Amino acid sequence: MANRREFIKIAGLGLGGLVMSNPAINAFTNTFLQDESSLLTGGMTRTPTYCEVCFWKCAGWVSQDKEGKIKQITGNQEDQHSNGRFCPRGTAGAGMYYDEDRLKTPLIRTEERGKQVFREASWDEALDYVADKMKSIGEKYGNECTALLTHGSGGKYFGNLIRAFGSDSIAAPSYAQCRGPREVAFHMTFGEGVQSPERTDIRDTRCLVLIGSHLGENMHNGQVQEMSDAIDKGASVITVDPRYSTAASKSKYWLPIKPSTDLALLLAWINVIISEGWYDRDYVEKYTYGFDYLKEHVKNMTPEWAYGITTLKPEIIRESAREMADSAPSVIVHPGRHVTWYGDDTQRERAIAILNALLGSWGRRGGFYVPESVDIPSWPHPPYPEPKKNWKDAYPGKYNLAYETIASGICDATIPSLSKACNFKTWIVNGTNLLKTLPDQQKTIDAINELELLVVVDTMPMEITGYADVVLPECTYLERYDTIRNSPHREPAIAVRMPAAKPKYDSKPAYWMAKELAKRLGLEEYFSWNNIEEMLDWQLKQVGSSLEEMKSKGVKTFKRSYPLYFLEGEDFEFYTNTGKIELYSTAMAQEGFDPLPVYTAHEEPPRGYYRLIYGRAPSHTFSRTSNNINLTDIMEENSVWVNPRVAKLWGLKNRQEVYLENQDGIVSKFPIKVRITERIRWDSVFMVHGFGHDNKKLSRAYGKGASDAELITKVHTDPVMGGTGMRGNFVKFRFEPAKNEKVS
Amino acid sequence: MRYAMAVDTKKCVGCSDCVVACQAENNVPHGYAREWVVELVEGSYPNLEMELRSERCNHCDNAPCVRCCPTGASHIVEGGIVLVEHNKCIGCGACITSCPYDARYSHPEGYVDKCTFCEHLVKEGEDPACVAVCPTKCLYFGDLDDPRSEVSKVIKNRKYKTLIPEAGTDPQIFFLT
Repeated sequence: MANRREFIKIAGLGLGGLVMSNPAINAFTNTFLQDESSLLTGGMTRTPTYCEVCFWKCAGWVSQDKEGKIKQITGNQEDQHSNGRFCPRGTAGAGMYYDEDRLKTPLIRTEERGKQVFREASWDEALDYVADKMKSIGEKYGNECTALLTHGSGGKYFGNLIRAFGSDSIAAPSYAQCRGPREVAFHMTFGEGVQSPERTDIRDTRCLVLIGSHLGENMHNGQVQEMSDAIDKGASVITVDPRYSTAASKSKYWLPIKPSTDLALLLAWINVIISEGWYDRDYVEKYTYGFDYLKEHVKNMTPEWAYGITTLKPEIIRESAREMADSAPSVIVHPGRHVTWYGDDTQRERAIAILNALLGSWGRRGGFYVPESVDIPSWPHPPYPEPKKNWKDAYPGKYNLAYETIASGICDATIPSLSKACNFKTWIVNGTNLLKTLPDQQKTIDAINELELLVVVDTMPMEITGYADVVLPECTYLERYDTIRNSPHREPAIAVRMPAAKPKYDSKPAYWMAKELAKRLGLEEYFSWNNIEEMLDWQLKQVGSSLEEMKSKGVKTFKRSYPLYFLEGEDFEFYTNTGKIELYSTAMAQEGFDPLPVYTAHEEPPRGYYRLIYGRAPSHTFSRTSNNINLTDIMEENSVWVNPRVAKLWGLKNRQEVYLENQDGIVSKFPIKVRITERIRWDSVFMVHGFGHDNKKLSRAYGKGASDAELITKVHTDPVMGGTGMRGNFVKFRFEPAKNEKVS
Repeated sequence: MRYAMAVDTKKCVGCSDCVVACQAENNVPHGYAREWVVELVEGSYPNLEMELRSERCNHCDNAPCVRCCPTGASHIVEGGIVLVEHNKCIGCGACITSCPYDARYSHPEGYVDKCTFCEHLVKEGEDPACVAVCPTKCLYFGDLDDPRSEVSKVIKNRKYKTLIPEAGTDPQIFFLT
């Protein structure tokens, strides 16, 4: 079965002979497009949207001229995510709409003269094909052998479809490849997760502690804005990072830690704060459980102990702890966002949660606020059938503390093995380029080769698209309605996304695809609305608004029903076993994990290798923006950051192209330019994630820079929740490509 | 009236949103830019300092580009904004050579182009596109002759520098340090 599915380059599409959409199935009935009430001065119109370039989902306006050309996308002043100001990616969003490399028509894998190719198909044909396959695979293996992997707004509709079909194996790589460990750790400690947008009260903080988090390069808009506001108001920033990040350059204390040793620093900080008596005694006494265990646990974890591990001087550890304590409770030890690093990430995040609890910052102004969202009912539908199995059955007794589905777990469970009771045969993949998102690319390809159906729903030809059996071209966020944005924030608020333009080419919105598939699968009653406007308007009316009102406002803010912070001396029951903030985690103990975080040493780079650290640039979102012409103008490729001492050792010159080879002998497919800079430690290299595309149909992104994802072949799995630790990979420099380069 | 801008280097994260917004607002062709971001790193690991700053035309009081322009295309309008009249410009590039800040470029349509402080918006009482979009609010714009303007206030209260003051151009962009 291996290599059954060859990677296909999507060739020659849209260069002529475009398949016209069938008017009978074209449900695009946007009665609002011609409405005059949204006219601006100078004949410009504006349409409300929320951004889909990243997952912060800022609400804004799409401004168009008389001819309908999108001139600008700007923030909505009422929106708490953007405060009226979009980040560079949101400002550049029209580049996604105008991208000439977009997927233009449905495609079905077929064989011509012994070679696998895609052929263009009509929507009817493609959807019939998918539905028939889903049915026959379901009959053979059970409907629960269908999985949805999604990282886009359209996933909501496919989620409804998959659940109605009889599976609840729905995963976003944003969990086990990103923020999962922090959510579990904060649940274990406070009984609640951090959520998105993070409930960090950065705006009013006096001290912001960032551990490997690179706000400013990670351009999650509201947080970056608030960090700037906090700096303006004199807050101090403490940054722990082996790289001199943008945030580090704004910091009062930059702690250039030896990579992989953060937990030792956190335990030393806890030691200092307890032994010096700097913790919030009233808060700890009133709200927490297990202080004495903690005190005993950390008693020998002094700054001197941590010095030998972290290379950070004891006095700096003490001073920075003092800085936090002096600011308490208006202090945030930030949980970070992408935190799947070394496999003990839930434990590291637990230490962060504990530190916040000792400082009394949870539920306090300038610490962590209590977010609130709006209660919007779903469109009524029959109850979902109970799936006979789900992804967890593949891992009996494991990952009981994972609250969400593990994308990598679905991938692993797709590869048949005697030990796994649940094998997936169908994947629907929406808006996530799994080849670049999941570590260990070969394993992902092996899993794909076991599938009987892979449906990829995307706007662009990505690496994952090449492995699809059916490609369904989704229109961009600027051309469609989506679910009502209802994210928790300081004030409960909703935002809508409306189409500013008709879908280009023969692309369609996800809600339409899901509804059409439901029809073919006999599941119409789960999509019983006539059109999307009807459903959204009904939902909005349940909370006292309407589509008409939202069209002119874009965002609507509601009154809170409970206080933003804990009240002074308020009794509070936390959603934990003890009803307290658990410094000592009883749930972790029950599951057989360390109830208090223990530092373990991680593997260090072999001689001549450097730890591969990856991160973000403010102008890109992973691999999804790397072909956006407005952003390639700002940054068209990544580079590998190398300390000057290392460069001298290897004789590297600035902008010289090198290949990277990892500890398993995997060589980057493309060369990457060297950037010699003092901003990186000598034991590590850094590169921005998301470059090195090898799909030639991405005319601007193909072969630009190198991909960190292909070099991450060693995964350290978090035993607590299945997160994939990706920072235990090491690279060296090569001056020629891999010898046995496979031609795809 | 004297328009000026202040750039807070303590807040700028170098995200280039100013550049993207400027390109959209002013139809700057792809591959060209009226503004840019500079990253300056000093020291050696781990004793480092870094300055990030958003740069553009300095709208100098003593503008060499205006003095050297053979056709009068480069000129100064009310508020001290230095502009290029595209119809009059012959694309000779003398201004590009004379500018110590390298703020001008040859537009593919044959004329020289540069930052206008978004004069078309400023006339309507709005902020330039870069100022309006900046997520960190590190850009301040306004009338230096008006003590109540944002830019006057920050310049009064903060330490600042200008770029290449020795060129004697009297630049009107102030970098808060």
